[in-house]
Amino acid sequence: MVATQEKSPVEKAAIEALGIDCGYGGDPLLKDLSFAVKPGEIFFIIGGSGCGKSTLLRHLIGLNRPSAGDVKFFGESFMEADADRRGALLKRFGVLYQGGALWSSLSLLENICLPLEEYTTLTRRERSELAAFKLSQVGLAGYENYYPSEISGGMKKRAGLARALALDPAIVFFDEPSAGLDPITSRKLDELILQIRQLLGTTCVVVSHELDSIFSIADRVLMLDKAAKGRIALGDPRLLAVESDDERVREFLSRGERPGEKGFDTAGGRPQ
Amino acid sequence: MPRPAPKPVVLPCEAAVRVEEAGGDLRVTLGGTWRVTAEKPDWFPARLRTNPAVLRVALGGDIGEWDSSLLLFIHEVRTWAQGAGVECDFGALPEGMRAMLAQFTEACEQVRPTERALDFVSAVGVAAQDAWAKTGEIANFVGECVLSGVYLAKHPHKFRMRDCLEQMQQCGAMSLPIVSLISLLIGLIMAYQSAILMRQFGADIYVADAVGLVMVRELGAMMTAVILAGRTGAAFAATLGNMRANDEIDALQTFGIRPVDFLVMPRLIALGLMMPLLALYANGVGILGGMVVALGLLDIPPQAYWVQTMSAIDLSDVSTGLIKASAFGILVGLSGCHRGLLAERSAAGVGQAATSEVVMGLLLIILADAFFAVAFNIFGL
Repeated sequence: MVATQEKSPVEKAAIEALGIDCGYGGDPLLKDLSFAVKPGEIFFIIGGSGCGKSTLLRHLIGLNRPSAGDVKFFGESFMEADADRRGALLKRFGVLYQGGALWSSLSLLENICLPLEEYTTLTRRERSELAAFKLSQVGLAGYENYYPSEISGGMKKRAGLARALALDPAIVFFDEPSAGLDPITSRKLDELILQIRQLLGTTCVVVSHELDSIFSIADRVLMLDKAAKGRIALGDPRLLAVESDDERVREFLSRGERPGEKGFDTAGGRPQ
Repeated sequence: MPRPAPKPVVLPCEAAVRVEEAGGDLRVTLGGTWRVTAEKPDWFPARLRTNPAVLRVALGGDIGEWDSSLLLFIHEVRTWAQGAGVECDFGALPEGMRAMLAQFTEACEQVRPTERALDFVSAVGVAAQDAWAKTGEIANFVGECVLSGVYLAKHPHKFRMRDCLEQMQQCGAMSLPIVSLISLLIGLIMAYQSAILMRQFGADIYVADAVGLVMVRELGAMMTAVILAGRTGAAFAATLGNMRANDEIDALQTFGIRPVDFLVMPRLIALGLMMPLLALYANGVGILGGMVVALGLLDIPPQAYWVQTMSAIDLSDVSTGLIKASAFGILVGLSGCHRGLLAERSAAGVGQAATSEVVMGLLLIILADAFFAVAFNIFGL
């Protein structure tokens, strides 16, 4: 069953980055980066440590402002939007932070109720029913009244996902969803991402370097590189792994190479 | 840039609910776009004159995007039907949606409040056990600090001198502005209050004695300690609490480095050394405050005030103040580090550590002050 998508004649990109420069003052980490994410796509941002994946994510979701360029959601500029429009756009996306980022003073149910309280006209009872449903969707039924400090890391992450999905957003951003999770839980999380996309047509943007996830669920990947200060590849990971002209891309996406075969690149670790 | 609070933008309702009566049945057809952030659609089962025999819910041909709000609506319809004793028929809904509905109902039924409140007797018992455990913890911590002090005295190269100097800078030099301001005002207030009394007896000049003695013996050390309990002690608790939440303390332990040697001793020694210096400084500034009032209100020239102050206080007064200050410093440092090292590993835990440090620090300062008052009296100091 798929929720029917109303297709407009010209399908707008869900997210569009137009020549953005990302960084935290000084020299930008990423320069003149452009790409577009199609609606309903599972889009991975990959790359080695320190290449600016999380930085890009922070700039996409508006926590930091790109020093140049523009980010558009469904054709609407996020940078130029006024406070009201920004609020309306913010409602359309959810973010799953690395550690879940649950509010520690609120129970799981209250964590999910807070955005509902802020942005919907639902009654208190409806809010908690909906929140309980969201928790059961991520397999946390029965934990409604637990506090974040009382549950494990994997559960926090799932609860964080339930909160990111609270408003049934059109786009969900995942910051390293499988970091620190066991293989089974991380596979379940991948399945959950697929399920969300299938049920609600949600666009998913995932920052990750988990090859298993990349090959099993990614539609397209955007690969960033520290030295290139931007993208070095964009496309289907399965094709990139064999067809890319760039050795760095093939190496990143190659499985089965045993550790130690290539030796450790000590030069790459030094700050430049 | 401060952003004005966003207005709750509720989207207009684009969902359509058609209710038709056919024979004894009620047919609810759902169409349009369903968004949880939009206004909820209305439906009016209450307007029905007679309850239908069967309520059939189906999706219309014009159904667009939908999300949890649709499930929530169907759930509401079903809840109404159950209340009114009407049979529900969801056979026309897609199978996936029915599965989600079942999950929805199950999730709603499962929510049970977790019982957290304790009855009175249990609460008292828990509190007593807690108090006992805390006493043990504090004794243990003080013991560890003493052992660490002995160890560092034997192996002075193990002492983190750089950290200690940095802490001295933080809790000593950086506290000067606030200590100056508060001691000056305390001196002023003291002089004003005693001037009211002394004037009645024509003993204006004794304001200098009152301000000097009280500052040097009591308030200089006490006010500095109170300031540092709020400023430095809370910072210790928050820093160490955060380090604990970050597993940094555990990392020290797994390297065989005792957190007390590494983190606590430099802080304790820094505070123990800086506090008497700050108190001495506070004494001076307080006396200056008194001098200002004496000059402005009582027309006592500063020279006379100074001579009178010098004749009133002697070295034993100053040294009792400094002994107290040093003890207060160590107590503030102990309570700060203790609270920080035992903080809960969460944002709230760090906040709680800082709070309880201030409370415990103030309590210890007052208790120690009372102890010193009695002790100095016995020794005739």
